[in-house]
Amino acid sequence: MALNITDIKRIAHLARLEISEQEANQTLTKLTGILGLIEQMQAVDTTGITPMSHSQDVVQRLREDIVTKTNQREEFQANAPVLGNGSTEKATDNGLYLVPKVIE
Amino acid sequence: MLASKEISSVELTQMFLNRIAQYNPVINAYIALDSDKTLAQASAADVRIANGTAEPLTGIPFAQKDIFCAKGWQTTCGSKMLADFIAPYDAHVITQFDTAGAVNLGKTNMDEFAMGSSNETSYFGGVKNPWDFDRVPGGSSGGSAAAVAARLCAAATGTDTGGSIRQPASLCGFTGLKPTYGLVSRYGMIAFASSLDQAGPMAKSAEDCALMMNVMTGFDERDSTSLNRPKEDYTRGLNNMQGEQPLKGLRIGLPKEYFADGLDANVAKVVQEAIAEYRKLGAETVNISLPNSQLSIPVYYVLAPAEASSNLSRYDGVRYGHRAAEYDDLMDMYMKSRAEGFGAEVKRRILIGTYVLSAGYYDAYYLKAQQIRRLIADDFTQAFKQCDVIMGPTAPSTAFKAGEKADDPVAMYLQDVYTIATNLAGLPGMSIPAGFSPSADGKSLPVGLQLMGNYFDEARMLDVAHAYQQVTDWHTRTPDLTAFEGNK
Repeated sequence: MALNITDIKRIAHLARLEISEQEANQTLTKLTGILGLIEQMQAVDTTGITPMSHSQDVVQRLREDIVTKTNQREEFQANAPVLGNGSTEKATDNGLYLVPKVIE
Repeated sequence: MLASKEISSVELTQMFLNRIAQYNPVINAYIALDSDKTLAQASAADVRIANGTAEPLTGIPFAQKDIFCAKGWQTTCGSKMLADFIAPYDAHVITQFDTAGAVNLGKTNMDEFAMGSSNETSYFGGVKNPWDFDRVPGGSSGGSAAAVAARLCAAATGTDTGGSIRQPASLCGFTGLKPTYGLVSRYGMIAFASSLDQAGPMAKSAEDCALMMNVMTGFDERDSTSLNRPKEDYTRGLNNMQGEQPLKGLRIGLPKEYFADGLDANVAKVVQEAIAEYRKLGAETVNISLPNSQLSIPVYYVLAPAEASSNLSRYDGVRYGHRAAEYDDLMDMYMKSRAEGFGAEVKRRILIGTYVLSAGYYDAYYLKAQQIRRLIADDFTQAFKQCDVIMGPTAPSTAFKAGEKADDPVAMYLQDVYTIATNLAGLPGMSIPAGFSPSADGKSLPVGLQLMGNYFDEARMLDVAHAYQQVTDWHTRTPDLTAFEGNK
């Protein structure tokens, strides 16, 4: 399953990573090498083997449905990024986060 | 010495801060330092020592890998993405050290988001190996490793997803332990590959690691994979490791795959000498096989990037982390913020992960890798029917030169060929100093011996390591930093 430059651009878009033409070319070379390494798996017959997603055979714990967290909005918003596009203000307003308009 | 009041915690802490001021500008082991916070903790520790409420780690200065959130501390995970992030809360591991009265010296450098084996992917620059400043300390816990080796802290924390505690321990010549998955809470530890990530101690000796394990382990309901088990005292067996043959009856498994092609001949020699020393201590050796272990790298480079691509999707420039300075719409803001905030290796892994999870490829890659993961884990189950502990090399070579593998991801990935299998199986693994190997340019570089144990068998592994450290002095050797004074 050889990758091509269109694949790289498609994957980059899925991953929400802007990629230049030059970066896409470099990435193609590196990813082809890594996928070559990964291809070694295909030589193994895994018919009937149960996939292992986790090393410990445990079930998901549930907790009581009670409030455990207090409001820390201000502490968390102290880490908000700078708004950008000419503004050096934090990307927050009245306890909300500011992003470009998505609904007209 | 702290307990007998020969020295105060403030004096001890100041001594380390002075060493850090002297050597860190060259070694680059620490990303964030805050001597006011550090000395305040030391003063508080001295009060506890004076009023008799001290615990074993009270007043001891530790370095914390910059993957752990520590309230009020810059917490970057080695990334531009989090360069300005001040943690608003403490990771469980940080809380445990604070409660024990330990002192936090600072946050240590690391490969970006723990993705690397040389510390060269850090946004904050590479770290020098204290044994040879031309070489890398290993990674991803490279800053913690250099800090321990150069004695810029009493000990440090690390995290290990594919070898990130053990490989740097081997390359920098100290003792490092990756515990059984689930023993140490991942709460507040920035996620790379959640089913593999595990925090552990990096210290001079097995004894120090045991003391740290007593503090770091324990159930935490805030980590959904934290295991609810009774607390253990990991130092309980150390004092039994005295006398002529303290390890009589111990069966050491030697996997033939760990001594095959790809292992540096000088490293192999040192490892064999260490195993001979173990025979003198009364242990017997058994030849075993881990037939699927050579598949651990391909499996890891499907599963870890898959989990990483999901975990790192949270960095979108909206609520915290880097946001692009200029952007058009929301999609453009995501794409630019992530492209600018992540380095090349992190992007590569996000792309691999996205690819192997994308429609049409899931069965061929992700599912297949999970199936082989089970085969790898089953190999260990079979092996532990024949032996109590498995030994082999930690890394295929000694420390390599900075830049040597930086442009070849596949060559870099092979650094973890002997360590990844235990992460996939969730088993504990350890590296202890076993000697030195000469390099082609006349340097003497540390070699690590790897110990792999069964689930929850850390106490025995620490005993086995301690027994060796009673009769050898490799773990007490320190690099001669004065030789590099001119390197500043």
